[in-house]
Amino acid sequence: MTYASTVSMKVNGERRDLEVDNRTSLLDALREHLHLTGTKKGCDHGQCGACTVLVNGVRINSCLTLAVMHDGDEVTTIEGLGQPDNLHPMQAAFVKHDGFQCGYCTPGQICSSVAVLEEIKANLPSHVTVSLTERTRISEAEIRERMSGNICRCGAYSNIVEAIVEAAGTRA
Amino acid sequence: MKFETPAKTNPIDNLKVVGQPIHRIDGELKTTGRAMYAYEWHDPNLHYAYGYPLGSSIAKGRIKSMDVAAAEAAPGVMSVVTTLSVGELGKGKLNTAKLFGGDEIQHYHQAIAVVVAETFEQARAAASLIKVEYQEESGTFDLAEAKMSAVKPKDTDGAPPDTAVGDFDGAFYAAAVSMDETYTTPDQSHSMMEPHASIALWHGDELTVWTSSQMIDWWRSDLATTLGIDKEKIHMMSPFIGGGFGGKLFLRSDAVLAAIAAKATGRPVKVALPRPLLVNNTTHRPATIQRIRIGADKSGMITAIGHESWSGDLPGGGPETAVMQTRLLYAGENRMTAMRLAELNLPEGNAMRAPGEAPGLMALEIAIDEMAEKLGLDPIEFRILNDTQVDPEKPERPFSHRNLVGCLKLGAERFGWNDRKKPGARREGNWLIGLGVAAGFRNNLVMPSGARVRLGNDGVVNVETDMTDIGTGSYTIIAQTAAEMMGVAVDKVGVHLGDSRFPISAGSGGQFGANSATSGVYAACVKLREAVAMRLGFNSDDVVFENGEVRSGNRSVPLAAAAGAEGLVGEDTMEWGDLTDTHQQSTFGAHFVEVGVDLATGETRVRRMLAVCAAGRIINPITARSQVIGAMTMGVGLALFEELAVDTRRGFFVNHDLASYEVPVHADIPYQEVIFLDETDPMSSPMKAKGVGELGLCGVSAAIANAIYNATGVRVRDYPITLDKVIGDLPEVA
Ligand code: FES
Ligand code: FES
Repeated sequence: MTYASTVSMKVNGERRDLEVDNRTSLLDALREHLHLTGTKKGCDHGQCGACTVLVNGVRINSCLTLAVMHDGDEVTTIEGLGQPDNLHPMQAAFVKHDGFQCGYCTPGQICSSVAVLEEIKANLPSHVTVSLTERTRISEAEIRERMSGNICRCGAYSNIVEAIVEAAGTRA
Repeated sequence: MKFETPAKTNPIDNLKVVGQPIHRIDGELKTTGRAMYAYEWHDPNLHYAYGYPLGSSIAKGRIKSMDVAAAEAAPGVMSVVTTLSVGELGKGKLNTAKLFGGDEIQHYHQAIAVVVAETFEQARAAASLIKVEYQEESGTFDLAEAKMSAVKPKDTDGAPPDTAVGDFDGAFYAAAVSMDETYTTPDQSHSMMEPHASIALWHGDELTVWTSSQMIDWWRSDLATTLGIDKEKIHMMSPFIGGGFGGKLFLRSDAVLAAIAAKATGRPVKVALPRPLLVNNTTHRPATIQRIRIGADKSGMITAIGHESWSGDLPGGGPETAVMQTRLLYAGENRMTAMRLAELNLPEGNAMRAPGEAPGLMALEIAIDEMAEKLGLDPIEFRILNDTQVDPEKPERPFSHRNLVGCLKLGAERFGWNDRKKPGARREGNWLIGLGVAAGFRNNLVMPSGARVRLGNDGVVNVETDMTDIGTGSYTIIAQTAAEMMGVAVDKVGVHLGDSRFPISAGSGGQFGANSATSGVYAACVKLREAVAMRLGFNSDDVVFENGEVRSGNRSVPLAAAAGAEGLVGEDTMEWGDLTDTHQQSTFGAHFVEVGVDLATGETRVRRMLAVCAAGRIINPITARSQVIGAMTMGVGLALFEELAVDTRRGFFVNHDLASYEVPVHADIPYQEVIFLDETDPMSSPMKAKGVGELGLCGVSAAIANAIYNATGVRVRDYPITLDKVIGDLPEVA
C-alpha cells in the first residue's frame, strides 16, 4: 500500500512537481516541501485565515485542503504577489497604513483582501450586501464582512480596512 | 549608564527621527512573507525531523504506564520520548507548572510525550497511537467554590497583597452615598496568531534553538535549568514573533520537547504546539471575583474606597493582581485593597497583556460609573473631582507626571460626550445607542536593557540587542533612536534583535519594552559617540552628530571617516536608580465608546471608539497608535466575547481553539481613533517616553460595559457581556 502521491502544481507561475504524503495539506506542501513559508499556519483547522492563498484565483484556507487535490492547479502565495523591492499595491498599502503588527496574519490578510476586491468586482454578494439586484459596491462594511475569516489578534483591523480601501482605489 | 536624575536636554530632543511617523523598517519583510518565524528557519544542508507533542487527558494525578510500541512501529517514526522515559527534569525559575518529565500530572494537556518522525503527518499519526494509563486524582477547578479557601498570597514583584490607609470601614459606613458590588472576569486566552514553536539542533553539548519568545534571556536561563545544562551552551534566536501578549514571556514546552527530541534523534527537530493543545498546555489570564466598595460625601468626594480580588492558580503560583490600580487611580482618605489566592488545578495562570490592571479596571471602572450615577454626577466630572497628583496611599510620593484630567476633557470634547442621554433614551430604528467612558491606567515599568552599537567604515550603524519585536515596532523605534543619537538617517541603521549572542535587554512585556530598550540603545550610543569623539580628538562636550557628520567647533568629519577601517563599537546597559520609588510613574488614558444594542436580540455592536493617551514622549506615532488600536480591539473581545469555559468536573478549558474561543474579527471593529497628548516625562528615562502597549487595553472593556448600560439601562457585572445577560432586562419593544 502506498501513502504517497505525486502532484504537479503551478506555484507563483512556476511548475512544481512534488511527491507528498496523501495526508499533506496544501499548506504544509507549500511550507515544508516548497519552503514557501510566507503562508502561515495559525490553527491548521480552518479557524483563522493565516493560511489563505489563491488557488486558480480564488482564496482558500490552504490548511483545509489536501495537496493531492490540487494537481494541475495554479497557486499564488504571498511570495508570488510581490517582493520586497517590487511590492504588490496591496502590500504597499498595508505598509503605508501599518495594517499589521506581529505580521503573522498578514500574508493571509493580504491574499484574502486581493481576492475580496475581485469578488466584489465579480458582483458576488455577501451577508451585508444591501440589494441583490444592484451591483455590489466596495464599502467598508463589505470589506469588514468579507475579511472576517482572517483573524488578527494584534488587532490591526482598523488599519487593514484603510489599506484595502486605498488599494481598491476607491473612496468608500 | 545609570539613570538616576531626571533627564535634561539630550540629542533625542532634536526629534529629527524620534517622534516622527516612520513606517516599520520590517514592513516589507512582513508583507511579502519574507520575515522568518520560529518554525520556518530552513538550512538546505540540514535534514529536519518533526516532533509532535501529546498532552495529558487528565487534569491531576499520575501516569501509571505508557504503551508506545505501536507508535514506535509506525511508519517514519524515529523516536518516542515520553515524560516517563525522560525522567525528572528541572523546572524553570519562572514556570509554575513543570513543562515535561516525571509521572506527575499537574494540569490538563500537560506535555507527556513527543513523537519524532521523518514527516509531520507521520509524527501526528503515531502520537495518536500512544496508550496511557492514568491514576486520576480529584482536583479543584471552580473559583467560585474555591474562593472560601483562598489565602493571603505572598508579595507580587515587591507589592504586598493587602494595603490599608485610614479607617476604611468607619468611613464607608458613615458615607453619605455608597456602593458595594461584586464583579467577575473569566479566564482569558492570549490566542496569539503564531502558535508556540521551536526548532532545536545539537552540536556536541551545544544547543541551538530558534523559537518564539518575548524574553530571550528568561527562556535561555529556564531552558538551561530545565535541561540541567550550562546556559552558555545555549544559543537562542527569536527575531520575529507572531504575537505574544504575555503568552511567550516564559519558557514553554515546545522548546523543551524540541531540545529533547533533537538529542534523542541526533537530528534538528521542529516542534509546534497544535492549536487545540495550546490553550491548556500553556498559560492564561486567571479569572477574578472582585468586590468593590466606594463611599463618598454628597459633593462626590470619595471618602472610602475598597477593592478585594479573588483568583486561583496552581500550587506555587500567584494572584491576578486586579487591585493594583485602585491603590493609585483615585483620591480618598480611607482605603483598603486585598488579594486572595485559591489553589486551582487548572492550567497555569500567568501574565496576559496588562496583568492586574486589565481585569482590575474592567471592574473598577464600572464601579466608578455606578457611583457617579448614584451621586447624580457625570462620570467624567466624578473622575476629575477625585483625581490625585500623589500616590494616595503614600501622599509624600508624587506622580512623575499625570494628566488623566487632560485625557478625559479632550476625549469628551472630541467624542461628543455632551450628546450622551439618560440610559435607554436614545433609539435609532432597532438599535438602542449608548456612550460609555472609562479611565485608562497602567504603571510605567523600567527594566535594565543592554545594546551594542557598531559604526562601520561605510557610515552604517548596526544595533545588536536581544530585545524582541512582538509586533510592537521594536525594530523601527530602535533604528530611530540610533539614527537620532548618531545623526544619520534611519536607512543608515541596521537593527538585529532576538539573539542570545547580543547584550541582554528588557525584552517585551509589561509595556516596559519600548522605553527600556531604546534607553539601552541610547546608553550604547553615548558610548559610541564618546569613542568617535576620542578617535577624532574632539572635545566630547560640544560635539554634534548631524547629517552623517561629526562636528566640533569649526571642524567637521564624515561619520564614516571617523569610524576608521575597523569601525568603532559602543556597548552599554541602561540601569535604573530610584526615580520609580521616589515618584509614581504611570501612564494614563481615557476610553470613549459608542455602542448599539439590538432591541430585539440584545446583541451589542461597537460603533465608535476613541482613546486619548498620556504616555510621555511618543517615539513613533504610527507604531504607538497601532499598539493602542490593537489593545482597544482586544478590549472589545474581553468585554463582549472572550471567556475560557471551564469544565469544572474534568478540569480543563473546553473551548481550546480559535473557533470556540472567540476573539474579535474585522466585522466587530469600527474605525478607531487615538490621540496622544503631547508630553514628555523626564523622570522616566532619557527618552522621556513611557509604555503604551498595555495602556490601550486598560479601561476599554469597562467603557463598553458602561456604554451598554447607557444604551439599555441594563447593568452587567459579569464579563463577557453576551446577549443572554442583556436580553432579559431590555425595555419592551415598542
Ligand atoms: S491555519 Fe488555516 S485557517 Fe488557520
Ligand atoms: S499582525 Fe499580528 S495577528 Fe495580525
